[in-house]
Amino acid sequence: MSMEWYLVVSALIFSIGAGGVLVRRNPLVILLCLELMLNGSNLALVTFARMHGNGDGQIFALIVMVVAACEVAVGLGLIVAIFRRRLPIDVDELRELQG
Amino acid sequence: MTTSAWIVLLAPLAGFLVIALTAKVLPWRAHGWIGTLAIATSFAAAVATLIALQGRGEEERQVVSSAWDYAVAGGVDAQLSILIDPLSVLMICVVSGVSMLIHLYSVAYMASDRGYSRFFAYLNFFVFSMLLLVLAANFLLLIIGWAFVGAASYFLISFWYRRTTATAAGIKAFVINVLGDVGLVLGTFFILRGTGSVDFLQVFERIPEAFARNDGDLVAGALLLLVGAFAKSAQVPFHTWLPDAMEGPTPVSALIHAATMVTAGVYLIARMHPIFEQAPAAADVGAILGCATLIIAATIGLVVTDLKRVIAYSTMSQIGYMVMAVSAGAYVAGLFHLMTHAFFKALLFMAAGSVISAMGGEQNLDRMGGFKKAMPFTYGCFIIGGLALAGVPPFSGFFSKDDILLVMGEEGGWHWVLYAVGYVGAFLTAIYTWRMIFRAFWGEPVEQARELEHGHLYHAPEPFNPANGEIEDTDVGFPGPEHHIAERAWTMKVAMAALAVLAIVGGIVLIPHTTTWLETFLEPTFADSTIHPAENDSLLLVGLVLGAVLALGGIFIAYTVWVRRPGTSAQWQARFSGLHKLFVNKWYFDEAIDFLIVRPAAWFGRWGQQTFERVFVNGTLVGGTSGIVRAGSAAVRAAQSGFLRAYAALLLLGVVAVGLYFLIQSA
Repeated sequence: MSMEWYLVVSALIFSIGAGGVLVRRNPLVILLCLELMLNGSNLALVTFARMHGNGDGQIFALIVMVVAACEVAVGLGLIVAIFRRRLPIDVDELRELQG
Repeated sequence: MTTSAWIVLLAPLAGFLVIALTAKVLPWRAHGWIGTLAIATSFAAAVATLIALQGRGEEERQVVSSAWDYAVAGGVDAQLSILIDPLSVLMICVVSGVSMLIHLYSVAYMASDRGYSRFFAYLNFFVFSMLLLVLAANFLLLIIGWAFVGAASYFLISFWYRRTTATAAGIKAFVINVLGDVGLVLGTFFILRGTGSVDFLQVFERIPEAFARNDGDLVAGALLLLVGAFAKSAQVPFHTWLPDAMEGPTPVSALIHAATMVTAGVYLIARMHPIFEQAPAAADVGAILGCATLIIAATIGLVVTDLKRVIAYSTMSQIGYMVMAVSAGAYVAGLFHLMTHAFFKALLFMAAGSVISAMGGEQNLDRMGGFKKAMPFTYGCFIIGGLALAGVPPFSGFFSKDDILLVMGEEGGWHWVLYAVGYVGAFLTAIYTWRMIFRAFWGEPVEQARELEHGHLYHAPEPFNPANGEIEDTDVGFPGPEHHIAERAWTMKVAMAALAVLAIVGGIVLIPHTTTWLETFLEPTFADSTIHPAENDSLLLVGLVLGAVLALGGIFIAYTVWVRRPGTSAQWQARFSGLHKLFVNKWYFDEAIDFLIVRPAAWFGRWGQQTFERVFVNGTLVGGTSGIVRAGSAAVRAAQSGFLRAYAALLLLGVVAVGLYFLIQSA
């Protein structure tokens, strides 16, 4: 099987994730979609590692996973904090940064 | 010798600091004595310096003592150094001596004023500044002393700071003095550029090589120095502040505006004589303007009715003589007159202060009269001062004024004009001085004089401002409730008696063909002078006789007009009404300056504020800049929607755009 299909799948996953980030309003779902994007890129990294025949990309993917884990921990913590303060669970409502 | 000279300078500074720092600690009475003691120390040190200087050889009588280098930059060596030579020693002796007596006088005169401590702090500061001015060995220190003196004068003119007239007079004096400071500084630049030094002795040494005779730069520099001298010495056209400065307390008028500060210009010209001799064009301007001042001030003095202002115009006139003398090369004569004038003019002012106190603050001659019996001591002082000022032999003023005019005559040429005008001025001096004396002391005793004869000192029912009649109180910022007159306060009596003696015998230092003490003493300073007119004994004799005749004639005319035939002055006023109007309005100098300078400046200021600042600076520059920023930020602000998803979309679009760009590039 040619390597291109892995890349196609990874692009597909990335796009689905990106689309989800753009259209969903629930921060929890946005976080999930972010994970999709990260995993899509991980798949691409691993594929490239395979194409080049060395392990750099795989190590890169492992690091991305670690970062993703941290990011999820922080993100979920934020969502819980928002929930506890009885703020709306909706990113369109949370717009204090408006200039 | 240098130590004692430094003590001369530092004692008043110490006095000023002690009084200022213990203002709330020590009882106020102590401050008057601390101030007097400081100046007495200074005077003692000045005399010690004089003796030490005389103990040296002729050639070694110019000593520079440097405390430290303040800065060395750009070829200018700014040292804190003092120059001790006969000229500066004469000045410190006169300044500290007269100041000491005036401090003594003030101890009683200011006793009921709520600003007593402040007064002595200012007075000591003034004496320090003046001594710094005359002791300075370079232009920089001279400028510092010059500016300090102006500031001290401002403080003391506005001493009664709740009087609007006094604060206005202080501001006027300060502005004109600063004009003079600017002239002095700019003049110094010209000298510095030519000679590359600010040290007096070096500059004087290099002047003949650095500048040709009447070199344009040198004349410009000398004229700028003259602006400084004229502003300080109240010479035409910078004189208008001096009569107004009479708003200050009387001891201030006696010390600053008669005896010391206003003579700084004379000192400056005498000190800078190598410069002025190399730039005779500038010196001639000085002589002519001095001559103009002496006659203009004398004519105004004839008609002024304010007692202190009569003496103020007389001061201007006498300084006109001095400026004329030192500008024309008669240095010794000019400084001789400076010294004798300091004695008799301080005496006249003190006596005038005594009269004003007896009048309960009133200064108008029209309301005075008949004080002869009520105040014999003050009357005696006035007589002595008046005789000396009029130039009646053998009083001090006779010899000094005559010496000036004699040199004018000896120099010949166009100096004959100065000579003639000088004698006309001397005649007028005798008239206005004795007009003042006859009007204040002769005639029917006024109510205040009669009260005083019975031993009651008159107090105005309500304290008031003698200049405009406004009602005042006696709290700080106004004169105190009590009036002190010489007849009752021993310190005032002592000070006046000492000055009276000096006014009588002061001429002894330079009597023609008898004594040459002052001339010999000042010789080392003016040894390099090139102006030595041939001595002329017949002219000397003519001058002495003419001076005496004019003085006595002036007194006789004053006697006729104001005592023997009262009403004559009213007739003359009616007959010469045009001339009288000119004199009463002080030759319209205030109006002319107002029209030529003040109003254009005010108009320019208004234009600057209303047109330039509001329309151009505020409207165009500031408004334009902030308008651009505001419009730009309004556009950019729209991007900050606060929508998280919009940001994400933008981010994504950006990444995609960058990706596409590289894809297209690589294809």
